[in-house]
Amino acid sequence: MAESVERPLPAPVAYLLLVRMWSRSAWQYRASLLLTGLGQILTTSLDLIAILVLYSQVTLIGGFTLPQTLYLYGTTRVAFALSDLVASGVETLADSIRLGTFDLVLIRPVSTLAQVMADQFTPKRFGKLVPAAATLVWALIDLPLHWTPARIAVCVGTIVCGFVLFCAFWVLSGCISFLAVDAREVANTFTYGSEFATEYPLTIFGRPLGLALTFVLPVAFVTWQPALYVLGHPDPFGLPGFLRLASPAVAVVFAALAALAWRACIRRYRSTGS
Amino acid sequence: MTALPSQPLPDRAEPPTNPPTDPVILAEGLTKVFSSRARAGRLRRERVDFTAVDAIDLRVAPGELVGYIGPNGAGKSTTIKMLTGILTPSSGTLRVAGYDPQRDRVKLARRIGVVFGQRTTLWWDLPLRDSFTLLQRLYRIPPARFAENLAFYTEALDLGPFLDRPVRQLSLGQRMRGDITAALLHDPAVVYLDEPTIGLDVVSKHAVREFLRDLNLRTGTTILLTTHDVDDIERLCSRVVAIDHGRVTYDGSLEALRAERDLETVVRELYSRQGV
Repeated sequence: MAESVERPLPAPVAYLLLVRMWSRSAWQYRASLLLTGLGQILTTSLDLIAILVLYSQVTLIGGFTLPQTLYLYGTTRVAFALSDLVASGVETLADSIRLGTFDLVLIRPVSTLAQVMADQFTPKRFGKLVPAAATLVWALIDLPLHWTPARIAVCVGTIVCGFVLFCAFWVLSGCISFLAVDAREVANTFTYGSEFATEYPLTIFGRPLGLALTFVLPVAFVTWQPALYVLGHPDPFGLPGFLRLASPAVAVVFAALAALAWRACIRRYRSTGS
Repeated sequence: MTALPSQPLPDRAEPPTNPPTDPVILAEGLTKVFSSRARAGRLRRERVDFTAVDAIDLRVAPGELVGYIGPNGAGKSTTIKMLTGILTPSSGTLRVAGYDPQRDRVKLARRIGVVFGQRTTLWWDLPLRDSFTLLQRLYRIPPARFAENLAFYTEALDLGPFLDRPVRQLSLGQRMRGDITAALLHDPAVVYLDEPTIGLDVVSKHAVREFLRDLNLRTGTTILLTTHDVDDIERLCSRVVAIDHGRVTYDGSLEALRAERDLETVVRELYSRQGV
């Protein structure tokens, strides 16, 4: 057999093949798919309405105007919705470990991570992306900013780095499932928690928590720091300016950490009784 | 479906790492210890080690059809999970089809096929055929080879009538035939079958057995079969390996085992030794 055929299928190709199979499976239940997709659009829009209600009473929250907050919310939401689309299959990992079906992932000649990320993929997740993208567009139109190439680059980079960082959080949350099968809520603090924390200006949490969210669980790098750069807003916590452009480094470090943790977890996997 | 088509399967290419004279499965001192924490007092917890597989030696030559038997909890599944690379052995050496299952799990995956009687690997909501075409892509089976194999197994296992039906609509016997095909389409050198006849009716059991024996004879595929069904062993296996409390208690030909006493009695005694 030729050498090229001996190599395993590249992980992205395997991922796309599996996503196609899951999408076709979901399409077998069309009505349910369309209704839950619509539900996703509506529920994610509710957060946005909450922000609008707050700003109908005050002009500034934590020193930020409505378009600025919408920019923060929009970038976070878009980055998170993209990661949710691509990687939230990890959420079902705890169940497949508990039921022993994870064994089947290990006997396939393709990347385990590709299989787990594609697990139970459903196109309804596009529903989360719709209000997020709409909000971001709204904020971009409303912001009184001069769009220099640097600003545009950082804005695009925010979403890319945010996407990578959230994906790393998904994988790390999957690793928690290996350690404690019933720890889904703990795992959720990584993913949904970090998304929630970065939707609003970080100042609303006060200095200690704000700094913890910067240096311990570095969600501040998802959107907060680069947003300060794009918005031309001084850092309320007075941190050094270079941090505003540190997102790519943080994203790379966390992606590497997640990959290492994943490998370690696969090695330690114990399977079930039968 | 008892009669198989007369055309033989084409020769399969053995990888250079595995000359046919070497054992296809080689385990020496294979051990798996699970450790867990148990309560010892109000707050104290202490580590408890459980040895599921205890220094097993196993040598299987290419083309053998081995029945791997033993009571529940004897260590059968744990052994198979180590042989497939799902679990990392605690100690001992292991080689399957020329690979170290733990280190080369992904490469080994293309040389082995696995059938779990209790769970399916097929796509529940999609036609059976779609599961097979996905496997073609995942295992990188050359299209011509895939078409040839699919045609062969469709005829041998009589899949034609339900190839385009969603898997969720198949009967247990039909699904099992689909699962067996799914495990064989990539021409594995070794096939593990974990209770492949569980829950099947007499006719389906017979069909599956006939097929497996014929596959083993025609293609020389090595088969390791775990089962609780005495008939499976009697009709299929040339060699029997029995395991209890993680140790091999018998390893030899079916004839030798039968020569001692009636097979059913032997198996019953083997199981009752467990005392659970």
